[in-house]
Amino acid sequence: MLIINDIIKKLPYTNPFLFVDRINMVSANALEGCYTFKQDEFFYKGHFKEQPVTPGVILTECCAQIGLVCLGIHLLNLEELNTGDLQVALSSSEMQFLLPVFPQETVTVKSSKLFFRFNKLKCEVKMYNQRAQLVCKGVLSGMIKNNNI
Amino acid sequence: MVDDQHFAQLKDIVKLYLPEDVSVGAIVEDSNFVKELNINSANLVDIVLDVEDAFGIRLENEDMDKMQTVRDALNIIAQKLQDKN
Repeated sequence: MLIINDIIKKLPYTNPFLFVDRINMVSANALEGCYTFKQDEFFYKGHFKEQPVTPGVILTECCAQIGLVCLGIHLLNLEELNTGDLQVALSSSEMQFLLPVFPQETVTVKSSKLFFRFNKLKCEVKMYNQRAQLVCKGVLSGMIKNNNI
Repeated sequence: MVDDQHFAQLKDIVKLYLPEDVSVGAIVEDSNFVKELNINSANLVDIVLDVEDAFGIRLENEDMDKMQTVRDALNIIAQKLQDKN
């Protein structure tokens, strides 16, 4: 529980661009977390006109925040005692989108590490809806490090 | 002293990660990966991982820190291959 709280606390995002509610499981190789899309998320006003659907870029962002950044924070925590500011950057994404996600749906992201070396984390991510259907999947990579090193 | 074969192998790896505005001809021994070849830190990691596979060696964090130019990379490769034998 302490480990999970520590990850959430270190996330460098805030409303309206924080897409992590909860972490269900974390290990050195995998992480699982959830997010519920609120009725009034800012992007629903324009995507689409009077027909709100979660944009693919936001699903990708949700996968990246849970799958890459949360797992990356944990991996950095395992490596060292860190106190510095976190620096993150997405470096590549290759996603496939299979089903739409509507307002008030809760999604679960499962991420498994392909490698973490020299501060680059590459993961395979899968997002499921409440009916356990695969919503999107792909491979994401990014750089994550503490500023003090 | 630079091993021509190692240089050719390294060049084949590096060219995969060059941005569109940098030509393969720009890869010379003195080239700085980040400042001259415009390779970002994420792609520099990809280059290191490809180098490890191609030469059957393993680089550590301090090697990564030292790897500024193509020549640095070739020196590290030569050193690692020597240590292996």
